[in-house]
This record gives sequence, C-alpha cells and structure tokens, in this order.
Amino acid sequence: MKLHSWGRYPVTESRLHVPRSRDAIDRLLRPAADKAAVIARGLGRSYGDSALADDVVQMLALDNLQSFDEDTGHVRCAAGVSLATLLQVFLPRGWMLPAVPGTRFVTVGGAIASDVHGKNHHGAGTFGDHVLALSLLQASGEIVQCSPTLNADLFNATCGGMGLTGIIVDATLALRRVPGSAIVQQTVRTANLQEVFSRFEEHSGATYSVAWLDCLARGDALGRSLLYLGEHAEDGGYLAPRSGALSVPCNAPAFLLNRYSMGAFNALYYQRRTDPLARQRIEADSYFFPLDGISHWNRLYGAKGFLQYQCVIPQDAALSGITRLLQATSAAGKGSFLSVLKKFGAANAHWLSFPLHGYTLAMDFKFERSLLPFLEELDGIVLDHGGRLYLAKDARMSAETFRRSYPRWEDFQALRLASGADGLFNSRQSQRLGL
Amino acid sequence: MKNILVIGANSAIAKAVSRLYAEEHCRLYLLARDSALLAQLKQDLEIRGAAEVDFAPLDVTHFSLHEAVLEQALDTLGSIDLAILCHGSLPDQARCAEHFDAALEQFNVNALSTISLLTLLGNQMIAQGRGCIAVVTSVAGDRGRPSNYVYGAAKGMVSQYLQGLRGRLYRHGVHVVDIRPGFVDTPMTGHLPKGALWSSPERIARCIVEGIGRKRHTVYAPGYWRLIMAVVRAIPDTLFKRVPL
Ligand SMILES: Cc1cc2nc3c(=O)[nH]c(=O)nc-3n(C[C@H](O)[C@H](O)[C@H](O)COP(=O)(O)OP(=O)(O)OC[C@H]3O[C@@H](n4cnc5c(N)ncnc54)[C@H](O)[C@@H]3O)c2cc1C
Ligand SMILES: NC(=O)c1ccc[n+]([C@@H]2O[C@H](COP(=O)([O-])OP(=O)(O)OC[C@H]3O[C@@H](n4cnc5c(N)ncnc54)[C@H](OP(=O)(O)O)[C@@H]3O)[C@@H](O)[C@H]2O)c1
Repeated sequence: MKLHSWGRYPVTESRLHVPRSRDAIDRLLRPAADKAAVIARGLGRSYGDSALADDVVQMLALDNLQSFDEDTGHVRCAAGVSLATLLQVFLPRGWMLPAVPGTRFVTVGGAIASDVHGKNHHGAGTFGDHVLALSLLQASGEIVQCSPTLNADLFNATCGGMGLTGIIVDATLALRRVPGSAIVQQTVRTANLQEVFSRFEEHSGATYSVAWLDCLARGDALGRSLLYLGEHAEDGGYLAPRSGALSVPCNAPAFLLNRYSMGAFNALYYQRRTDPLARQRIEADSYFFPLDGISHWNRLYGAKGFLQYQCVIPQDAALSGITRLLQATSAAGKGSFLSVLKKFGAANAHWLSFPLHGYTLAMDFKFERSLLPFLEELDGIVLDHGGRLYLAKDARMSAETFRRSYPRWEDFQALRLASGADGLFNSRQSQRLGL
Repeated sequence: MKNILVIGANSAIAKAVSRLYAEEHCRLYLLARDSALLAQLKQDLEIRGAAEVDFAPLDVTHFSLHEAVLEQALDTLGSIDLAILCHGSLPDQARCAEHFDAALEQFNVNALSTISLLTLLGNQMIAQGRGCIAVVTSVAGDRGRPSNYVYGAAKGMVSQYLQGLRGRLYRHGVHVVDIRPGFVDTPMTGHLPKGALWSSPERIARCIVEGIGRKRHTVYAPGYWRLIMAVVRAIPDTLFKRVPL
C-alpha cells in the first residue's frame, strides 16, 4: 500500500504490518531472508522517509503501560504507547513528561529513536536523557536490555538511532513532578535576529523558551520574532490535554499557500498585541501542542506535501549562520508559516542525536520542484557553520552532508554491521544516507 | 462502581473502551484468546485506575465452553452492569465466495458465537433484573457489498438479533446497544490504505462509552456514519449492483 509520513513527501509502496505482541514481531521478521528493508514505525509524525521501507512494522498495538512507581515517577511501557496517553494518565496525578515535542501524537519508540527535544532542551536535555532503560529487539531475534550503563554503546546508538539498530519494544522513563500543569507564559517581541538572540541568552534560566520567527522579514527586521517564555503554574491544578475537535478533511489546493498569503499571515502574527510584563496562563495542551487541535493540518500544504527544514548551528557561529539562512530564504521568497527558533543546551552521549549547544531553526516549505536545489544551498550554509540537519524532519539530505555533520556515523555503522542490523533494519532514509 | 465484562478484550477497540472505564475506576473481567496479552492488559488497566481486573481465556468458537466461562465471570464480578462484545474477524471475501467452509468459519466467529453468548448473557441479566449489553457490529451489516458480504451478512444477523433481544429484555430492565463502527484503524484493517473516513480506536471508544451512557439503541461510530449509511441504503439495487463497492 502507499505510505507516507507527516510531510506527505515522499510516498512509498510498502507492506504495513501491525503486530499485536512481541512474538508476532519476531514471527514476521523470520525468515529474515526475504526481507532486507524493515523499519519500525510509530505514529508517523516524522516528516520525511525515516519511517518508510519495503516492510514497515507499526508498533501501535503494543501500547500497554507495564508499571508505575508513584514515588519516583518511573513508568515502564511498551514502545507503541503515545505521549498523549502518558500525559492523559499521569499529568492529572502531577507527573509531566521531562521533554515533549510540538505534538503529543508520537510514540515512546519514535521519541527515543529520534531523541526528540522540547522547549526546555536548554535545561532538561532530550527525551532520551530521561530513558532509564529500554528493550531492543535485534536482528538476531534476541531482545537485549540496555541503559546508560548496561550495553551502553547499544543504548547510545539506539537513542537517536532512527530505528536502525532494531525495534524498541519497551522502555522505562523518568517522569518529572510539576507544581501545576498550566503554563504561565510571557511574550517578548524582538525587532530582529540580534535582539532575539540576546533575549534567549538573557532568559536562559526560563524553564521553557521558544521563538516564532517571521522568516519573510528582510533588512533591519530580518529575524524579527516573538519569544515565548514559560514556567509551570504553581497552583496545583492539573488538566490532561484534550483531543482536538477540528480536522482538515482533504488536501487543500496548494496555491492557497503562496508568498503573499504567507507574508500577510506572518506580518499579522508578528503584530499580535503583546505586553512584555503581562503573564498569561495557558493550559498545557495549547502551550505545548498548539497544532494538535487541528488534526491533519499537514493537508493544508496540498497533495504534493511539504518539507520541514530543521538545522542546528553551534553557538559561536549561530548568529551569522542563521542570518545567512534567513537571507537566502527571504531572497528566494520561499518562506513558511511557522518558523521556529530555539536555543539548545549541550549535546548528549547519543551517537546520532541532533541537538548541540547552539541555535536551531525550523522552517516549513511546500513541496515544489525548485525547492530541492534551494535546500541544497541551505545545506551548504549549515555545513559551513559547523551545523547539521535533524533526521526526524529530513527527506532529502545527501549522504555526504550527513557524514560531514554527524561525526559518529562510522561508529554507528560499525555497530549495525556487528549486530546484523544493516542486513535487516533499513529505511528509505538510511539507504539514502548510505548507512 | 460498575462491573464490566469485556469479550474479545484484546481487540484494539475493546482495549480503548476498557481504558476509558478503567479511568472511571470500574471493575473489569476480560475474556479473549491470548492470556499472556490479557495479563499485560490487566497491568495497563490497573495503572490507569481500574478497581480490579480479572481475566480468563476464551476462544469464542468453542461454543460448549460459553456457559461455564460466563458463570465464572458472573461469580467473580458478583453482578454484571455491562457486558460488551468486541470479538470479530475480517474475512478474506474471495476465499469465502469459493469455499463454504471458510464462510462458515466466519459466521461462527462473527455471528453464531455472539448469538450463543447473547443467549446466556440475556438470561443472566433477566435474572439480575438490570444491566446493559453492548455489541460491536458494523456499518457493513447495513447493506451487502460484493467486496465484503460474508462479514456484512454476519454482522447484519447480529444487528437483527439485537433488535428482537432488545424488546424482550426491555421488560426486564435490561438495555441493549448495537454499536456500528465505520472504518477503524486497528490491526484487523492494518493492511488497508487509510483515508479521511478512518477513525482511531480511541475515538470509537469515546462514541461507544457515550452511547452506552446515554442509553442509545443503535450507535453509529463516529455519528456521521448514520448519514452515510442512510444514503447507501437508499441507492436502488439496479444502480447499487453496478457499483464496485
Ligand atoms: C507538528 C509536529 C511537531 C513536532 N515537533 C517536534 C519538536 O518540537 N521536537 C522534536 O524533536 N521533534 C518534533 N517533531 C518530530 C517528531 O517528534 C518525531 O519525528 C518523532 O520521532 C515522531 O514519532 P512517531 O512515533 O510518530 O515516529 P515515526 O514518525 O513513526 O518514526 C520516526 C522514527 O522513529 C523510529 N521508530 C518509531 N518507533 C520505533 C520503535 N518502536 N523502535 C525503533 N524505532 C522506532 C522509526 O523507525 C523512524 O526512524 C514534530 C513533529 C510534528 C508532526
Ligand atoms: N476495524 C474496523 O474497521 C471495524 C469496523 C467495524 C466493526 N469492527 C468490529 O469491531 C470489533 C473489534 O475489532 P477491531 O477493529 O478492534 O480489530 P481487532 O483488534 O483485530 O480485534 C478483533 C478481535 O477479535 C478476536 N477474535 C477473533 N477471533 C476470535 C475467536 N475465535 N475467539 C476469540 N476472539 C477472537 C481477536 O482475538 P486475537 O487478539 O486473539 O486475535 C481480536 O482481538 C470487531 O467485532 C470488528 O468486527 C471493526
């Protein structure tokens, strides 16, 4: 059947398997001889081709909570459990996930495989930094336990390893106590990139921080942003995120999104009334997952789909690198609705983890033929500044770009060879990246 | 506190329903084929808040076991406030069209097993003088289509049966709900391409729990399927037989 992920590009012909148990996964991997490209899949919220292959093993039926310790907040669950479920069950009891991406409709397996980050990365690190242990089904059929201390290489390769070391079956996570689920938000309007950078540095003690950036602004206003800072409300009120009621039922005509409509949207958004001293109380769902209220919003980009370009540039080169990226984007008139800028904390020990100390920029682009050469141009800028691209969003980077920017790729590949993963667990992405 | 019996408890839809009742601290008794999976589900439901969860294995096509298994369930729960039947299988229609044996197997799983269980449950509930029986049938039972008529006929048989049973049990204070889901993204339909009309099992579960709570008779899940099926039923046969559905 035809399969694609969130960006709806690319579309592949795949066999989709939905096993109900560990044994069922094992049965479908054997005999392995007739399969050479098998990859795990969660909720398909990665944008590109990382969860696409000839044979796709969707983990959603393995979705049980296995144990919970009320005192420590340690929860063990199957890999197909969604973050939405964990929030729904545990947030009302005062426990928050230590890191959440911009959508709660991702699985624990997917969050580990992409080592996802949230608005608190500068303080709390990635999702994988809070994984205490995991079980991995390897190519041999064996299920191996690993943790930061047990089989540490396998653990460090698997967190951020995009499903290429095997299938994560279950994991133990450390939840975090919070004083309230709502967020008290402060909005800071900044006139340009220089200013938003200084505000990020000034507010590096904030628990959550993220900036929405108008990537169509030029000249003196280049990089003008609204910086959102957030702290947990200390009111002891806990409300689980609710399911959204709105849905985009079908693909919108792609011409609705053009440089004029997006320019108008961005300009209006930037002019939103903000008072730097005012603090606004917002429920967790609209703070962390503003787009989850509208299901299938990806259909707004039309039938051809879209790509998200997310890069990180190391701290010292970040201002000049991101300035060049924005100049190139604005000159090409390619802008996007929601461009997001965020300061990252230090990198961790996971071999292919994306974040590193510096700034990350994410921009959405509707798919069109002229897009691919343009993104190549952006790749050049990112590499020149010592940065790299996020594999969870990637659908087109070259093997060379990948190798130049992920220094531990050779260790990763050696581990894949040694465990037999290279002969079984391969995605469209890994084949493209030469893994 | 509600005592709930779930049959076909390992189905994706049943799991989602049980989880909603677990959040309401209900007491659950689960029946399904695979006890190892039931043991895992028990853990899950208890973490989510279920008062207590018990389970036993049951292959619904073993008709002779039905009576003993249901008695055991009733003994354990004391009384049954709600019994919900979720087991089912999606046949290979082409095979069923070739071989009656294959069709019979499907009628056993999707219709006759349910009717056997309903006979026993109906009598248990009459003795109790209260309770609710909810059965997951399908929109496929509303009209036979070339691509899926063995499944449709089995589900349709159960729907008809429920209409009669409802009238009989009504006098005894027992309510009967027929739940007809549309397309649901579950392991049963894992191999099929998905489009805009597909729902998650969680969404269906919310419709089911709400429908049961409001004492509805027939619940289309989600509700828009009521309209779709009204249109499908209204198409004249001369036209319908030409449409490759
Ligand atoms: C609106 C939106 C906002 C987002 N915001 C953020 C953000 O703020 N920060 C961020 O970091 N990411 C963000 N993402 C990306 C998303 O968090 C990641 O792509 C995540 O991996 C998706 O999880 P999934 O369960 O959908 O996995 P899929 O997309 O199905 O798979 C992603 C990868 O994980 C692997 N995988 C999945 N399950 C398993 C398993 N059980 N075992 C081994 N490998 C597995 C797959 O093989 C694949 O390589 C966002 C995505 C969307 C759509
Ligand atoms: N998915 C849809 O689109 C859809 C639409 C309309 C109606 N429905 C109905 O919804 C119900 C739940 O299905 P689902 O979608 O949740 O799919 P599912 O996860 O595949 O559930 C079907 C369940 O039926 C069980 N089963 C099959 N044969 C059995 C037997 N002989 N004895 C005991 N249990 C048996 C299976 O048990 P095992 O786990 O042991 O295999 C499985 O758990 C079914 O009645 C189905 O017909 C589904």
